Amino acid sequence: MAKLPKPEELLQINYNPPPTEDWMDRPVELKQGNFCWGAKGKNLAAVEFPNARDWTPVEADWKLPKDWEGTVLEAMADRLSKYRSFKVFMDICVRCGACADKCHFFIGGGDPKNMPVLRAELMRSVYRKYFTTAGKYLGKLAGARELDLNVLKEWWYYFYQCTECRRCSVFCPYGIDTAEITLMAREFTNLLGLNTDWISGPVANCYMKGNHLGLEPHAIMNSIEGMIDDIETITGIRINPSFNRKGAEILFVTPSGDLFADPGTFTAMGYMMLFHELGIDYTWSTYASEGGNFGFFTSNEMAKRLNAKIYAEAKRLGVKYIIGGECGHMWRVLNQYMDTWNGPADFMEVPKSPITGTVFDNAASTKMIHVTEFTADLIKNNKIKLDPSRNDDLVITYHDSCNTARGMGLLEEPRYIINSVCNKFHEMPDNTIRERTFCCGSGTGLNASENMEIRMRGGYPRANAVKFVRDKHGVNMLANICAIDRATLSASMDYWVPGVRVTGVHELVANALIMTGEKERETNLRGEPLPGKGGNE
Amino acid sequence: MSLKNILSEKKDELLASWFDRILDTYPVETAKFLKNQKDRFANPVGQAIHKGIGDIFQELLQNGDIEKVSGFLDSIIRVRAVQEFSASQAVAFIFFLKSVIRDGLADISLTPELYDELATLESQIDSLALIAFDIFMQCREKLYDIKANEMKNMTYRLLQRANMVTEIKDAEKETNFIAIHKKEVNS
Repeated sequence: MAKLPKPEELLQINYNPPPTEDWMDRPVELKQGNFCWGAKGKNLAAVEFPNARDWTPVEADWKLPKDWEGTVLEAMADRLSKYRSFKVFMDICVRCGACADKCHFFIGGGDPKNMPVLRAELMRSVYRKYFTTAGKYLGKLAGARELDLNVLKEWWYYFYQCTECRRCSVFCPYGIDTAEITLMAREFTNLLGLNTDWISGPVANCYMKGNHLGLEPHAIMNSIEGMIDDIETITGIRINPSFNRKGAEILFVTPSGDLFADPGTFTAMGYMMLFHELGIDYTWSTYASEGGNFGFFTSNEMAKRLNAKIYAEAKRLGVKYIIGGECGHMWRVLNQYMDTWNGPADFMEVPKSPITGTVFDNAASTKMIHVTEFTADLIKNNKIKLDPSRNDDLVITYHDSCNTARGMGLLEEPRYIINSVCNKFHEMPDNTIRERTFCCGSGTGLNASENMEIRMRGGYPRANAVKFVRDKHGVNMLANICAIDRATLSASMDYWVPGVRVTGVHELVANALIMTGEKERETNLRGEPLPGKGGNE
Repeated sequence: MSLKNILSEKKDELLASWFDRILDTYPVETAKFLKNQKDRFANPVGQAIHKGIGDIFQELLQNGDIEKVSGFLDSIIRVRAVQEFSASQAVAFIFFLKSVIRDGLADISLTPELYDELATLESQIDSLALIAFDIFMQCREKLYDIKANEMKNMTYRLLQRANMVTEIKDAEKETNFIAIHKKEVNS
């Protein structure tokens, strides 16, 4: 029989965390629920990443290559000379603390090392030791420390607890982009084969098959055909999208999550219904079949390699320009990096709407526009017929996805569309939307299941604002324009704000869209009775 | 004067002390933030705890309605259930209230009647702790549900699209079940 503790032993519960010593002296402790499983060797080998082997974060031996310290420091020196921003961000922080309480992981979890300033300090301390005179000679006095295994584990643990959402950078008086520091940390850890399974699997899949899920052409077509069947059931209209068609005017690229994961699939149905109604000349590609880019969470070089297929496919098919679907980090990559990585795309034309004639000069160089820009322009020019009352059972709020809001300033278009296709829309509080939007808590490849605790913690500030509008206005639907949001906010709502579901903006558009020749619609895209049909009132 | 009246009069000071005790379970830097940032959207954790304990205290002194108190407890425990606390650490804040009250009554000479009332109140606080354990477990079970559902949704949709599974609806019984048909891969 197990020994029963005595009453006085039971009273010895320590309710408080251990006394806090200096953060530098506190060894990192990897807690389950906060990190993702380690990468598999086969996935690292598939893309020729270094030190490809299976590894487990909780084991003491991380099977690191010889002289891993040298590898990291050499890479750090290289990036410091290559990227001026990285050098400036290492030097310029005055530790004013403006960013400290702006990170969703710190706000929801309370771990001080998730304060952006302290998270960055994990790397700055090493930078000082090896790259500044003061740090070299004064060591800890100058806030410097040596790179050792504990430091490396701390980097890995905390830089994979940052979603690169850049909320903190909005508040930094110097404009330090903490996401870029995380990007660097991930580059360095990636050089040692320290990636996660949830990231490296999709990267390998994308490299080999064109999309994160590893869907081969027939699977993509099969999935889309399933959606076409559903669309026919709902509208009576059979649509016929084309695949890999040379000579099409437009190539359409969306995150592969839209093809398989509900509620993303309803968003994908929405795109297709809209494009069919307009009769535009577009094609899907089963090769450039991924708008997202998990390579962006490993290294600059890998992100570039995965991104290359979009222009390559546009060139092969001879399209005039590209429309991209609703996705978050996809758009940071497309808007800020694609042009310099794989451009100039001078074999295409500046995007021009075939329906309204609007020229999208903002994409003059990349030749790729966001589908909400395209749709907002249609509505503005009164080119589609809409019945917003079909969405009357929904009380909607809008979550600005971090990358589209802060990464490319796409703030008005989604709102304009939602207000045109729905009658009941309520904003969340000001300090939780637009540039100051809170992350879903699961971006940058943190949307695995094994790290559910940290996802929920990180998702709390967003969910808390949703809860407020649910209680105040009866909000029951959270709209967004990001595939990761659609998947992860569903989980977050389930835990924090039951009763609120998640939708892409184009699902709402398609519900309201009056299509030529459609039968009287009885249900929405989810197969649920429309308001006023089937006792839904 | 009854114990509840005394506690009502000392409400602000008792709540402040209870709040501080709870914040002590967080690292110092975090506690400072949780205490000082009053915006409920910038500091949802601190404000949830602050509001939650106020509501619990109020309800304890009034009717002690279990359903109401459960809701208030939930707003705090749902947060602590996903933070870095063990189960005992996550719900220990209920017990803090006992010592907070005893400390708060230190300057009052307790009559036998007041002692009786105090014993009853402490027993009520103990039952809150029991409810708290239930809520904590519900939260953790919910987390596991979410994990399992994510996995199920991901694989089911893939199997469905690959024609590996067919969902058959039984209209009469209104239940669904999944029949898995083995499919010859090379046929």
